[in-house]
Amino acid sequence: MSLLALKDVRMSFGPVEALRGVSFSVAEGEAVALLGDNGAGKSTLMKTITGIYRPTGGAIRFDGQDLKEKDPGEIRRLGIEMIYQDLALAREQDVASNIFLGREPTRRLLGLPIRMIDTARIEAEAETIIRRLGARVPSVRYRVGDLSGGQQQSVAIARALTFSPKLVIMDEPTAALAVREVEHVLDLVRELKRQGIAVILISHRLTDVFAVCDRVIALRQGEVVADEAVAETSMNEVVAHIVGAG
Amino acid sequence: MNFGSMAMRRPAALHSLGNMIRLESLVVLLLLILALSLASPYFLSVSNALNILLATSVIGILGFGATFVIAAAGIDLSVGSILGFGAVTGALAVNALDLPWIIGIAVSLLAGAFCGLVNGLLTTRARVPAFIVTLGMLGVARGAALVLTNGQPVYGLPGPMVWLGQGRPFGVPVPAIIFLGVAAITHFVLSRTRFGKYALVIGDNQNAARATGIHVERHLVALYTLSGFLAGLAGLVSAARVNSGDPTAGTGYELAAITAAILGGTNLFGGRASVVGTLIGALIMGVLQNGLNLLAVSSFYQQMAIGAVLVLAVWLDQLNRGRGRA
Repeated sequence: MSLLALKDVRMSFGPVEALRGVSFSVAEGEAVALLGDNGAGKSTLMKTITGIYRPTGGAIRFDGQDLKEKDPGEIRRLGIEMIYQDLALAREQDVASNIFLGREPTRRLLGLPIRMIDTARIEAEAETIIRRLGARVPSVRYRVGDLSGGQQQSVAIARALTFSPKLVIMDEPTAALAVREVEHVLDLVRELKRQGIAVILISHRLTDVFAVCDRVIALRQGEVVADEAVAETSMNEVVAHIVGAG
Repeated sequence: MNFGSMAMRRPAALHSLGNMIRLESLVVLLLLILALSLASPYFLSVSNALNILLATSVIGILGFGATFVIAAAGIDLSVGSILGFGAVTGALAVNALDLPWIIGIAVSLLAGAFCGLVNGLLTTRARVPAFIVTLGMLGVARGAALVLTNGQPVYGLPGPMVWLGQGRPFGVPVPAIIFLGVAAITHFVLSRTRFGKYALVIGDNQNAARATGIHVERHLVALYTLSGFLAGLAGLVSAARVNSGDPTAGTGYELAAITAAILGGTNLFGGRASVVGTLIGALIMGVLQNGLNLLAVSSFYQQMAIGAVLVLAVWLDQLNRGRGRA
């Protein structure tokens, strides 16, 4: 049974149809590449899965639950995390706060029914996950805005992995990275697969896609135009689908 | 941009202290106190310190509300008018309607919170920019206060209400106690709770807030309601101080409240805010005003001094933070 299943998902912004009946599924531990030209609907599609947008039609099921009426927080708690292209970090907040953003553990103030953020716990757990990821972040107390691009991405990745997700969506995770950092991200995708965590990878870099993904889905003008196993296709074929020559 | 060297420059401990308050503001306040102590023999005394706290209390309470709203990259221009509206509604409840004092207090607070709620709902649901919504409320709340009272102050409040403005337990003015109490509570909320953290995150990166599951719209409504509630409290205190609900009370205070927050290091564009900073910012204004009064300097010059200190403090901040930041 598939972990994530989209059926005839539609999304309109006024008269503009961004998604025209998208159907596909992702199995546990599967890495799926989502490809498509700018404006093909990739980001819109991902935002309907994460709950930022509410689809105007169709059904999205994840792990036996209907996602359609759920908000982003509820969807995260079900086990879907997304690493956004712009990383979606709060620059003025420190590393630990960003990793636990929206899901801060709290404790009572002097036993009263007043809940305060458990900063000590957040910092300790953030430290652990940063070390586990082998990220080179000097301290979890640093302001995220003071970190380098690569370090900021480590924080975004750490946030996505801290709460034992079942599906991680990555939007262009390698676009802004140096060669060595790209390898690091690709290794991470392989590691997630090994742990049985599904990945949806949005990328323009076909070499990355072919290196780590099991399946490619091509989107064009809000429709799925190809859904093929990586082993049974080629880069040329995929490019043809994306540009509409196939 | 050279983030790497920025990260190396400040040790973590100093960094977190610097995050909490803007050190420049504290230095400015201490220098002011030092200078005025030398300039006037009457400045440095317990009774004068209490005077300053009393005189600063109303602006300070408004400033704490402004701190939360600005933290979330919002703006509330209506707090001065809400103060006036809260003052007259509370006074009318006990005078015209003959309700008990406790109801009068509740009416002031709820009237303020209600105005804030309307601000929040119009900003988030109707998607009118906060600047416009609260500018509209500035007019509506003030107008309502004038209409309700025919433009005349409502004299005479019951004893317990007057005590809120004029009481002096152990010699300490009650408004000063309320001022510092609100400071302590709001400081805790802003720096230690999810409510405060989410306000800062919304101001920092609204998309990040939304993506991580923070209910941005709901939170903004709560923040404007809080600002309105505190303006109602400020209205109550200012009415109690003069034993009357004055429909013109608080005129222009919205800018003083914002000035206090900015002086204290709160970023006008959101994401960085501190209640302790606002407390310092309000005290800078209060100390300046008090000291210049003692030195018999005309209030016209006082306005100039406060304006100059505001620009100076933000300029020092920019110098210290270096380039590349808003």
